[in-house]
Amino acid sequence: MDANSDNLIEIHDLKYSRGPRVIFEDMNLVIKRGEITALMGPSGTGKTTLLRLISRQLIPQQGTILIDGVDISTLSIAELYQLRQRFGMLFQNGALLTDLSVFENVAFPLREHTQLTNRLIRHVVLTKLHAVGLRGAADMMPSELSGGMARRVALARAMVMDPDILIYDEPFVGLDPISMGVIVRLVRRMNDALGITSIIVSHDVEEISTVADRSFLISDGKVAASGSPDELRVAQSDLVRQFMHGMADGPVAFHFDAPGYEEQLLGRDTE
Amino acid sequence: MRQLIRDIYDNSVEFVRTFGAFQLFFLRLLRHTPGILIGRFGLVVKQVFNSGALSLVIIMISGLFVGGVLGLQGYANLARFNAEDAIGVFAAFGLVKELGPVITALLFAGRAGTSLASEIGLMKATDQLSAMEMMAVNPVPRVLVPRFLGGVIAMPFLAAIFSLVGLFGTHLVAVELLSVDAGAFWQQMQLTVDLEDINEGILKSFVFGVAASLIAVWEGYNAIPTAEGVGRATTRTVVITAIAVLVFDFMITALML
Repeated sequence: MDANSDNLIEIHDLKYSRGPRVIFEDMNLVIKRGEITALMGPSGTGKTTLLRLISRQLIPQQGTILIDGVDISTLSIAELYQLRQRFGMLFQNGALLTDLSVFENVAFPLREHTQLTNRLIRHVVLTKLHAVGLRGAADMMPSELSGGMARRVALARAMVMDPDILIYDEPFVGLDPISMGVIVRLVRRMNDALGITSIIVSHDVEEISTVADRSFLISDGKVAASGSPDELRVAQSDLVRQFMHGMADGPVAFHFDAPGYEEQLLGRDTE
Repeated sequence: MRQLIRDIYDNSVEFVRTFGAFQLFFLRLLRHTPGILIGRFGLVVKQVFNSGALSLVIIMISGLFVGGVLGLQGYANLARFNAEDAIGVFAAFGLVKELGPVITALLFAGRAGTSLASEIGLMKATDQLSAMEMMAVNPVPRVLVPRFLGGVIAMPFLAAIFSLVGLFGTHLVAVELLSVDAGAFWQQMQLTVDLEDINEGILKSFVFGVAASLIAVWEGYNAIPTAEGVGRATTRTVVITAIAVLVFDFMITALML
């Protein structure tokens, strides 16, 4: 264990395929302790898959993923669950447990992993809900929450065990500007206040630029570019420019592979 | 022809693989069962309520009408032999040994089995199970085992209630409506039905409970995490449970004759 190193997560020569489709090939990436790291890239490049590999929900075919210097593929199930107690993860849709109230959702990890009294659990849960502005929604059920509220509750749940690493999978998708602003501020505030390391997968270049310390642009199974958001914005690479400036034309084609438009419309290929 | 042989081979291999995985899944549930029964019995009680108590209405209404039909059919046929007093025995054997466990299991598959499969399938589709994994909580003991045990525990009680209400339905039709002697109805039943007969019903409903709950939990857990996938898993739960119940019923009846 190398807990003093600046590098919290190191990915070396990662290879991962799904069936015949290669998602990552010789991927190398380092996530620094205490920073907010953004993973960006066009749709379908495997950003969420990378999060699942980092949290060992998936296992790579080749290469190593080190967390604090420990290769996570060598961990037993018990060790893995112990490691995961250091993680908090915010899923794209919140993934709240639908049969539990907001309060019980946030209390869930505490009830499962600690012997705290109900009184103490109540204090901790209400504190976390207060931090995301939803103390008043403690008794509501997940089905009564808006998308933004559900994500904030999920954020409260993700941080209730005071994790070292917080993972956000597309936290800004489908949010109105107010909710998005709230989430962005919460991400920054929690990272700085709690001294955690945050990893964010997002397409939202503008929002991510305001909050990330370092960004990785992933394309074709590799890290195509990395640096601060400002560095990426002025990068000369065609791919980086296309992505950062949202241009339709560039290395990433708008159209999925298809036969000729005219040929297909006129049905010549079927004649 | 070669393609046909290849398809048969592939399907056979897939069947053996799935059946093996199903057995391992069952063993995984059993491995966590003592811990949940001892340490988290509250979770099981909640699921007994969900699978059992919430199925009571459909079970009781069905039992009442099945019992009533037995009364009508029994009377119409036994009267030909002047044996209408034996209608209580006829209904008791039919309900306790066969109709009670079998119809309860089929109704359970439709009411509670589909609910279990779709609930677990939707939990998977909405990342709730992945979220548990990420919170270092194993969803097998936390989600699957209580639901499995809830069904196993609820089924014999539901079958017993079905049979009791069914006998009441037979009594209503035969005694109150068709004027069969109440004393003969109950006394012949008491003299003829043995503990062994009741045990057969209990054994059947226990086996059906294991089968129905296991199939529902398996289908939900292995559902493709889409709306269509969950729908298919729910349908498969009913179909496979119905077939399994009838096959097991035949096997147990043959063994206990």
